[in-house]
Amino acid sequence: MAKEKPGKLEVKSFADHHVITQPNPLRKVLLRVPESDLDDPVGRAEKALAGLSGEFKNWMAIEADRLSAAHAAILKGGFTDDSREELFRAAHDIKGDAATFGFPSAGAAAESLCRIIEHAPDLELVPSDLIRHHINAIQAIVRERTKLDTAATAGVLSRSLRGIADEFLTYANRDRPEHLEAILAPSIIPVE
Amino acid sequence: MYRIDFNKLRFLICDDNPHMRRILRTLLHSFGAREAYESEDGATALEMYTHYVPDIVITDWAMPIFDGLELAQMIRQPESKGNPYAPIIMLTGHSEKRRVTVARDAGVTEFLAKPISAKGLYQRILNVVANPRPFIKTKTYFGPDRRRNTNNAYIGPERRIGGEMEVMQQPSLLDKARSSV
Repeated sequence: MAKEKPGKLEVKSFADHHVITQPNPLRKVLLRVPESDLDDPVGRAEKALAGLSGEFKNWMAIEADRLSAAHAAILKGGFTDDSREELFRAAHDIKGDAATFGFPSAGAAAESLCRIIEHAPDLELVPSDLIRHHINAIQAIVRERTKLDTAATAGVLSRSLRGIADEFLTYANRDRPEHLEAILAPSIIPVE
Repeated sequence: MYRIDFNKLRFLICDDNPHMRRILRTLLHSFGAREAYESEDGATALEMYTHYVPDIVITDWAMPIFDGLELAQMIRQPESKGNPYAPIIMLTGHSEKRRVTVARDAGVTEFLAKPISAKGLYQRILNVVANPRPFIKTKTYFGPDRRRNTNNAYIGPERRIGGEMEVMQQPSLLDKARSSV
């Protein structure tokens, strides 16, 4: 598909901009099918994803260990650009992946940690327990999921951490309106 | 009703997380795609973009070397030798509205916040295939039309100068195609 030549561009010029159109280069991949067509690519993909789910716990443990390692490096060498970046990236990956892997509360705790890293005016001044409790909570949620009461406890834990983190960030950014606005803005992901 | 022939599409996946790449590959192959190239950082992705000429790019935001936002900006160079028009779907853990705006202003075509779902990914792909937007070039922007609201009566801020032709009509294929999901 990609080897086909692009269609001819049509450019319309205006006072402060140009509008560029071309025949849809991907139109050929749109197939007209009868209403009775039973193909279900989304259902097929969901089944395939379910087939991977046996690996999710192991993947989640790897992600949590990466986060702990990033934290250990900071405890040893302090915050540097690289160590901060690695901690953020490890937490950010968990934030994005955890719900897919069946650990939504770990994702919520990781999101809270990301907000601390992103919005704290000075990470050296963040209470070390605040960061440590987030990481311990994520590890606990990942390791203890098989226990019966874990889901409810994990939810309470991640919400509590988020509340404490938000309280800290709101106070720490009281003179930084652009950060305050970002902290208080709602997520684009609907609450479940 | 319309369906996508994924068999004919070539994808470039860019994500530094191997687990997410595996999930994306699984989803795309389940949809029917055969060609899905993968890179784990923005720099490699840019090389692969030039080499493989993908039809659709799916990229993470936070990545080493240069990130998905920079990748989008480098692809959206109107004078470049490569194709600056390929649809870019940004798949990211960022879930703040201001991030969507920043991604849009970098030339990203569709934004998909994690956690990923098969339906969400399929709908974004369907949107870029069935409903491509015209590109806009200004002094400060080159990328797909950022305005999805085709209201000619709009008189708010940042209105473009240029009269009636400034808003292009969108094709209606998307609505027809959506019925297939």
